[in-house]
Order: sequence, then structure tokens, then C-alpha cells
Amino acid sequence: MSEFWFFLEVLLSGLFAGTMYSLVALGFVLIFKASGVFNFAQGTMVLFAALCFVGFLEMGWPVAVAAIVTVGIMVAWAYSVERLVLRHLVNQAPIILFMATIGIAFFLEGFAEFIWGSDVHPLNVGIPNDAWFVGPEGEMMIQQFDLAAAIIAGLLVTVLALFFHYTRIGRALRAVADDHQAALSVGIPLNQIWVIVWSVAGFVALVAGIIWGSRLGVQFALSIIALKALPVLILGGFTSVPGAIVGGLIIGAGEKLAEIYGAPAIAELVSYMSGINNISLGGVEEWFAYVLAMFFLLFRPQGLFGERIIERV
Amino acid sequence: MRIRNLTLALAGAAAGLMGLAGTASAAEGIYIPNLVYKTGPYAPSGTPVAHGFADYLAMINLRDGGVNGVPIIYEECETGYKTDRGVECYDRVKGENGGAVVINPWSTGITYALIEKATVDKIPLFSIGYGRTSAADGRVFPYVFNFPSTYWNQATAIVRYIADQEGGFDKLKGKNLGFVYLDHPYGKEPIPTLDILAEKYGFTYDKYPVPPASMTEQKSIWLQIRRSKPAYVVMWGWGAMNSTAVSEAANVKYPMDKFIGNWWAAAEPDVIPAGDGAIGYKGATFNGVGTDFKIYKDINDLYGAGKGTWTKDQIGGVLYSRGVATAAYIVEAIKTAQLKFGNRVITGEEMQYGLENLKLDAAAIEKLGLTGLMPPVEITCANHEGQNPAIKIQQWNGKVWEIKTDWIPADTALVRPLIEQDAAQYAKENNITPRSCS
Repeated sequence: MSEFWFFLEVLLSGLFAGTMYSLVALGFVLIFKASGVFNFAQGTMVLFAALCFVGFLEMGWPVAVAAIVTVGIMVAWAYSVERLVLRHLVNQAPIILFMATIGIAFFLEGFAEFIWGSDVHPLNVGIPNDAWFVGPEGEMMIQQFDLAAAIIAGLLVTVLALFFHYTRIGRALRAVADDHQAALSVGIPLNQIWVIVWSVAGFVALVAGIIWGSRLGVQFALSIIALKALPVLILGGFTSVPGAIVGGLIIGAGEKLAEIYGAPAIAELVSYMSGINNISLGGVEEWFAYVLAMFFLLFRPQGLFGERIIERV
Repeated sequence: MRIRNLTLALAGAAAGLMGLAGTASAAEGIYIPNLVYKTGPYAPSGTPVAHGFADYLAMINLRDGGVNGVPIIYEECETGYKTDRGVECYDRVKGENGGAVVINPWSTGITYALIEKATVDKIPLFSIGYGRTSAADGRVFPYVFNFPSTYWNQATAIVRYIADQEGGFDKLKGKNLGFVYLDHPYGKEPIPTLDILAEKYGFTYDKYPVPPASMTEQKSIWLQIRRSKPAYVVMWGWGAMNSTAVSEAANVKYPMDKFIGNWWAAAEPDVIPAGDGAIGYKGATFNGVGTDFKIYKDINDLYGAGKGTWTKDQIGGVLYSRGVATAAYIVEAIKTAQLKFGNRVITGEEMQYGLENLKLDAAAIEKLGLTGLMPPVEITCANHEGQNPAIKIQQWNGKVWEIKTDWIPADTALVRPLIEQDAAQYAKENNITPRSCS
């Protein structure tokens, strides 16, 4: 395989991986936009939604019915979170709400395991899983699954971006994010908005869960993919829906290129400086995304597309 | 939904707990706590092995009224596969019910953390096919047992299998292999052995570490493997890393019959998520798989009596069978101890004697109804790994694992000196005077 085609393959698969991260990051963005809270439970919501969906499929339900019932469960979940937790914490500092989401995450993880058990469930909703080979001699492989996931993520981002910019509810969500009390004073029903936004985040979690679950199987490791969304959020901005996808693309491509081309270069440099031969370096992609995000924080703390933080005195 | 079942299970668990409490205070028995992980990301692997273990002990209680008439008191403590919680569990259970006679940590990290404590407490640790390889040297590690084989010997047996496939060890010269491993003490265990084997047989191998925090994202690793086209890929993985690797290998069209997992990377949860893509994937094992063993008559009776710990249609998988084999070794070691100390409740120190003098030949295993499910072992004071470490290679056919080979012996002549060297180093660092086994 020529180096050029291999580079293209790495770049493209990194971009595809990035869109998968964006799917998870989107859920975080939605709740942050509406409440200024980083929802620690988003990864667990992905897991819970996927477990419900695959559980219904295994009971013989059609895909559409399983999806609709799961969305209903996520709406009920959003309503419960608002009634039992968020309603009691209005006007509390963001750190208090953040701590509450940590509690929610642990509860939901235990609840999901209690209901559905801890087995690995294969999931096949008909997303194509073959590969195309392109290039003069078919050197470059494109996974059809990755392309399908990217299209779904793109569609979701477009719909959500339009929703936030052009609907009344979208504008109300943004007002709530800016200031709870000010939003209440102009008649925006804060509690209703929170139910809506947690429901939409639940729907996004279901989509992410189906895509990730189709790739990895529905299993408890799905909840740790939230870790992949953090650098995407820092880079793209916590309040920007398009930022989540651009951040995902940069992180995805960046970490794959860093792992394949950066790791040997770093190993060679360390080898040269230390005099030790045959240093093998791997796992660069695990920290690369965070280092890149930290670099962005230094120069643009609000992220690429986040709203500029202006404090008036 | 399982709500109704769960309600019943809750009621049952509550009743069970009350029963256990009653048993603990009133009845005398051999106390075997188990450090399990049935929750969290590693639960798909931890759950079956725990149920196999629990079922065998429950079957002994039901069929024989315990070991030589002395009932077994079994209790689980949930670690979530986390080392800190494992140590906490150990401290919590070690003195319960008159004292634990043996503890299975079910985690290399927890085993490492407990070696010194268990030695002081005189409670044997049985890390079956995991944990610290050099603990096989019983002179330095009197209370740690890791039979029927260790990671280092497993690595030599896998390389022997690859050589057999290629037509002999001389055919390995110039070949390039890939080694995909969890970037964790467990995953790194076989690297020194592989280095020696590579030098001895003239092959090279590329290392591909998978960080635990991102084990579900291995795309860049498999792109590199697609480019370098290693003759075989060997995997030392655990949890979701395994199923991700199998899926990615299938995605990049790597020939699955050249992809070999170690014995913790070749069970049902590792292949099911990849669907048909996983067909052909191979793995090492030291236990049989399936329900076609005589012992399943008694295990079925256990479920018939409503005393099984799992759902019956889930029994018989790779890890469930490993749990059964582990419990069977423990029961036979208790019997060995009782031969010397009498048919009564034994202590941890007496169990150490039982494990150290355990001798199970083919005839004894046949008598237990476990032929094919577990290999014969002979443990000695100096050798806690057993005399004949070996593996079988199994292959996933899309529905079940099929055993494809007979026992493939490990290269003990190469590994034993390494074990002794590492144990001696440990003894030196910890001011331990190795005991005499002569």
C-alpha cells in the first residue's frame, strides 16, 4: 500500500471516528446550552437508551416500535430528573447541578444493570457493514458503516442547529441557558424547558447508543465513551451544536494521525535524547486529544464556536 | 422486561441473605468467599465465571452435603474489577464465618495487591491462570497458587501452536507477528517471554498497546495492522477491548484464523458483538467448553432443585466452565487437606497444605465427571503452577467455541528459570528467605 493512500485512509477513518464522538458530545451540548450544566450522566444515558432499545428488539419487537418506546422511556426519564432533582436545585450554583448529575449517572448505571443485566447484546439495525476499496489498485478502504454513521450524525446536527436557531422553544432554551431568573421573569417555563431539553438529549443518546452499539455491541463499556466527548466539547465549545461536529472531526483526525505518525516520531526523539534504542510508544491517541484541547483552552477558552464569555462590571 | 423476575429475585435475595446470616451464626462450614465482578464494564466476563464457581459449590452441598459431609459456606463480594475495592473486599471477608480457607481475586491487579496480606494472614490465593506469573515459585510465594498454567507458559504454547501451523519452529524465522495488548500489568506480562522467543526463533513482533481508558477505540491500531500485514496477531486483552479488537480485525479484513487471543480473550462476550465477522477467531484455553460432560448431570439436578445461581440456558460457556473447573480444584484440595487433618472444617493454613499436595490425574478427573473440562495437575511445594502447563486452541464457529487441538505443551524448560529468577528478585527486594522444599 502506498504511503499516500495509507495517509488518506488514516485521515478519513479519523474523520469518521470524530463524527462518532460528536454524537455523544451533542447530548452534552444540549443540556449545557439549556442549563449551564455539564451533564455527567450523558454517557450513562447512551448506555441506558441502547440497553432499552436492544432489550425490546430481543423481545421480538419491530425496530420502529422499540425506538418509539425507548424514546418514550427517555422522555419519562427526563420528566423524573426534572421533578425529583433539577426542580429542587433552581438557581443553585452550576457546581451543585454538576454534582447532582454525578449522582444521576451512578443511579442510572445501577438501574440499567438491575433491569437489563450485564450481558453483551449484539445489535444489528441494518446499517451496512462492508467496505469499499478505492484507488488505482483498491488501496484505500472505506467502511460503509463509518460513512453511514457520519451521515446520521450530520443530519442530527443539522436538525438540532435549525431547531435551536429558528424555533420558539430553541430560543427559549438559549434564554434559560443565559440566566435562569431572567428567563423566568419573562415567562419562560423553566421546568418545562428542562424536561424538553433532557428529552432531546435522551433522543440523541438513543441515536448514539444505536450507532455505537451496532459497532461494539451494547455493553457497559458504552458508558465510558463519554470520555471521548470531553475534548470534543472543549474544542468545539460547550454551547455550539455545529462546534460539536467540527470539534469531533478535528479530534478524530488529529488523534489517528498522532498515533500513527506522531508516536514513531516521538519514540525516535526520546531514543535520540536518552540513548535507549528500540523504544516502542503507543497509546498516543489517548492523551493527544486532551493535550490538543488544553492548547485550545489557552488561546480560546470558549472553544472554536462557543459564546464569548463577557463579564460586565 | 424482567421487572417481575427482578422482584422475585429481590425477594429471593433477601430471603437468601437472611438464610445466609442464619447459617453463618448457627452452622459450621468451610467458608469460601469469592471476589466477583458482576457489575460495570467487565461484568460480561466476570458474571459467568462467578456463576460457574458458585454452581459447583452449591452442587457439592446439594449432592454430597458438602466436602466429606462438611458444608460449604459461600459468599460473594463485588469488586467491579477494581483493585481498591478488591482489597477492601478481602479485608471484609477474610475473618468471616470462622475465617476464609481460600480466596479467588479474579483479577491480576487485585492478586498483586493481596500477595503480602494473604501470606501474613495465611489464606491461600488461587489465581487460576492469572496474577503474578513468578508466584509459581512456591518457595518464595507459599500462599499463592496459579495452576494449571501461567501467562509466560501460555505465551510459549501459543508460539508453539503458530510454529505447528507453519510447519515447524524453523519456519518462524523472518516472520513478523503483531501483539495487541491491554496497556496494564496484565497485558504486559508476556512481553519478556515473547522477547526471548523472538530472539530464539528469529521472528519479530510489533507491539500495539491499547490504553484501558480508550479500549473501545482501536481504529488506528488495526489500520497499522492492515498496512504491516503480520503473519499472526496475538492478543492479551480483557473486557470490551477484546470484542472491539475482534470487530476491528473483521472490519479491516484481517484473516480471523490468524488472530489468536489468550485464555482471557476468547469467550462468548468477546465474539458475539462482532457477529459473523468473528467466525474463525481463535483463542487459547485451559478448560473445556459446553455441557457434554458427566458433571452436568449433577449441575442439571441442581437447577432442577431450583438451587442453581444463574439461568439454565446460559450455563456451559467458556468462562462458566472455567468457574466450574476452579471450584472443582478447590474442592479436591479441601479433600486433600482433610485426608491429613480429618473430615472437619479446615483453616487457611491447612488449605495451603491441600493445594500444595493436590494431585489430580486423568483417572481422578474421570471419577469426578470432569474429563475434558479441566486438565490434570500435580502441585508441589516448589511448583505452584503444576507440572504440565499446556493449552488447547479453540475456534469460534459463529455459534459456539470448538476445541481444535489436543493439549499443546508449554516450554517449561525456557520459562521455569525465568520464574525462579523473577521470584528470587522479589525475595531480595522484600527481604524474604525462600523456604526449603526439599
